Amino acid sequence: MIDYVVIPLVQIAILLVGVLTAVAYLVLLERKVQAWVQVRLGPMRVGPHGLLQPVADIVKLLVKEDITPARADKWIYTLAPIIVLVPALIVFAVIPFGQSVTLFGVSIPLYIADLNIGLLYIVAVASLGVYGTILGGWSSNSKYPLLASLRASAQLISYEVAVTMTLVSMILVAGSLSMVEIVEAQQAQGWWFVFLQPVAFFIYFVGGLAETNRAPFDLPEAEQELVGGFHTEYSGIRFALFFLAEYANMIVISAIATTIFWGGWLRPFPSVEFLAFLDWVPGWAWFIAKTMVFLYVFLWVRATLPRYRYDQLMRIGWKVLIPLAIANVIVTAAWKVLVAG
Amino acid sequence: MGEAIAFYSLAALILGLGLAVITARSTVYSVLFLVANFLCVAMLYVLLRAEFLAVIQVLVYAGGIVVLYLFVVMLVNLKRGPEDHADPRRRDRLGLAMAGLVFGQLLAVAIYAFWPSQATGGASATAARGIGNVEQVGHALYVEYLVPFEVASVLLLVAMIGAILLAKREL
Amino acid sequence: MDNQRVTSSMFDTDELVINMGPQHPSTHGVLRVVLRLDGERVVDADVVIGYLHRGIEKLCENRDWTQIILLTDRMDYVAAATNNLGYCETVEKLMQLEVPRRAKYIRTALAELQRLASHLVWLGTHAMDIGAVTVFLYCLRERELILDLFEEYCGARLTYNSMRIGGLPGDLPPGWDRKAREICDLVDEKVVEYEQLLTQNRIWLERTRGVGVISAADAVAMGFCGPPLRASGVYRDVRVDEPYAAYEELQFDIPIGAAGDTYDRYLVRLEEIRQSTRIVRQALDGLPDGPVMGKVPRLIKPPAGETYHAIESPKGELGFFIVSDGKSLSPWRFRVRPPSFTNLQLLPKLVRGHLVADVVALIGTIDIVLGEVDR
Repeated sequence: MIDYVVIPLVQIAILLVGVLTAVAYLVLLERKVQAWVQVRLGPMRVGPHGLLQPVADIVKLLVKEDITPARADKWIYTLAPIIVLVPALIVFAVIPFGQSVTLFGVSIPLYIADLNIGLLYIVAVASLGVYGTILGGWSSNSKYPLLASLRASAQLISYEVAVTMTLVSMILVAGSLSMVEIVEAQQAQGWWFVFLQPVAFFIYFVGGLAETNRAPFDLPEAEQELVGGFHTEYSGIRFALFFLAEYANMIVISAIATTIFWGGWLRPFPSVEFLAFLDWVPGWAWFIAKTMVFLYVFLWVRATLPRYRYDQLMRIGWKVLIPLAIANVIVTAAWKVLVAG
Repeated sequence: MGEAIAFYSLAALILGLGLAVITARSTVYSVLFLVANFLCVAMLYVLLRAEFLAVIQVLVYAGGIVVLYLFVVMLVNLKRGPEDHADPRRRDRLGLAMAGLVFGQLLAVAIYAFWPSQATGGASATAARGIGNVEQVGHALYVEYLVPFEVASVLLLVAMIGAILLAKREL
Repeated sequence: MDNQRVTSSMFDTDELVINMGPQHPSTHGVLRVVLRLDGERVVDADVVIGYLHRGIEKLCENRDWTQIILLTDRMDYVAAATNNLGYCETVEKLMQLEVPRRAKYIRTALAELQRLASHLVWLGTHAMDIGAVTVFLYCLRERELILDLFEEYCGARLTYNSMRIGGLPGDLPPGWDRKAREICDLVDEKVVEYEQLLTQNRIWLERTRGVGVISAADAVAMGFCGPPLRASGVYRDVRVDEPYAAYEELQFDIPIGAAGDTYDRYLVRLEEIRQSTRIVRQALDGLPDGPVMGKVPRLIKPPAGETYHAIESPKGELGFFIVSDGKSLSPWRFRVRPPSFTNLQLLPKLVRGHLVADVVALIGTIDIVLGEVDR
């Protein structure tokens, strides 16, 4: 009973609180990192060095007047942000933050569920997030946000193909769909998989940038967009949900990259005995550190690179990344059959 | 016991949502009820311990095919405002007649299936061999039914090429 | 193919008419552009201006000749010193005044520093429109130093009133030329940084190469001027063709482009930044001694007549046509030929056939200031 109900509930509670706090502070981190790159300081007033800024932002969004556009579809208008946020959060159920931790004599695994089809679950759930984007634009009852939302979702589903292909190559290398087993396979094979599949990682990361609508693929939501983006008509808590979902997706992409490519909770060079002294750092600390590195890269890229035009974006997705990803699968499969056996 | 509750409630949901799909007042609502329907079917698969199929159902049907339905619905109705999605042709008499015909056919098939006969015996044996397992499905697809699989892939490829040809104005 | 009957009616798209501005983050002022789109492609653009019209030309007919300098600041407010220079030189031409050599050299230094500041603003906003937001902050950081320099000289950061008919209001404060030289060195260093961020950046290249191509013939026929004209391959710069101030005595190069696209316009202006620092250094090195104000009558009353004089402002050829009736204390007619106004004429031609996302880049690449366009 405790194993089935209590522990998972506690884990879920901790995870939700943790993820939502992380998302709120990620927003602050983005503003700070961008500011430092741009030779300025970012938010400094609310709290010491602006550390309470997320609180101020959330309070502001919550107390804003609840506006629904005149002829918008009320149900869908409210449903859209929820549809975007929920998949972003439930993906965390299969992400392993570590192996297990022993508290009060009870061994608690640092993941909510180790599905034997974990990776597939992630892809399936992520593919449902598209609906929120489409419906968000449609429910605003205006042509321009609808077109913008259709473009944003077309971008999403195009890059989803490339990302899924890279995950397929990773399944081939790891031999399993379970997230925990993938990390264990990295330990068994002695290498973080990024060293075995650098191309797959590159495609995954670029696809991840496009899936989360981050620079350089953020034209659909750029301020310079002439026709309003798909969340033009949203304000207050609904806008906050869209916003949270985008940042939660960023954390999801980083966490998955860490797990699949960069060894999850493993320390660097897990099979080298010489470095065993690094083991005093717990697994979940390595996991969080690695995820933070990717999040930083997300922010860094946004501060540095210009943005692609929509047609260039789609061309890269379809004509460059997908063929590359498919070629990667073929090469990996061939290597597995001919060499690894 | 818990399984029975889960099954019956899911079944009710599936049927209810299915009804909602055909009676909804707006096409977009129909599509959304369809998505919910597919998600419930996926839950049914999980109940049957066919997790792989459940996830594939979500990934392919709910997350892929219906998204395209939604695209088409929204683009085709772009000229009309979102509020006039109600289709007056739904109450057509010819449509009703054809629906009645299809219903009669389905009834006939169902009655035939439940009639005691020899055809049902062999199917259940293979079904019991643990369908949700990825390896089993893979084995079935790539070893036992390889040719149909390849033919299906070629069919899909032809459909894709056809769609691109129709959509592009100049090649 | 015979499939047109099946598809075209279902997915038929009418032409969308979209209005951009006058309030828009990327139109660099109050510019309104009405776009006609076919799907994503721009079929035509209609530019609507006048939102910043303040009647400067008419106002000048009621101000005396020295007061007008204040008004000229407010036309191209990003490059006020060059406006001052153009106007003062036109009146000096009308009055046949001799400006002391020292004043000419200092004027040249001020004008070139102004060109630096203007191009930095241009680079920052242009890059920001295309998505490289960081470049904006870096450019403004350098521009702040130049504005501090101007503030030391004439007391203002944006609307300088820095020149007088016949010379300058005052001499350079002590230490000014050392600071100016330091800033030039700094800008030269920083330009390398900007280039590292943009010039070979694949995304930048894809967004700017081949976008908005204007051939040399078209550029000349439609009245392009300034860096866009030179980027199309036409060798025309007022500083070389009709030298004014101290330009005759200084060495500098004029960058000329080849393809006439947005990327070339970017490269040309970047090179102009380098050349400007070169000119400033030369001007300060060779600064002659002497007065900074020529022999000018207490009351400025040019003889009856008319004259046109042009200078090379950062945006292009800035011309002033002034008619004096010899009797009143104000010009009889004050007419400005703003480079942004004539360059803006080409916007419809530039955007035709491009995608919506390019429109913003193309408005930026012409480098317009609405204060100048509307006056």
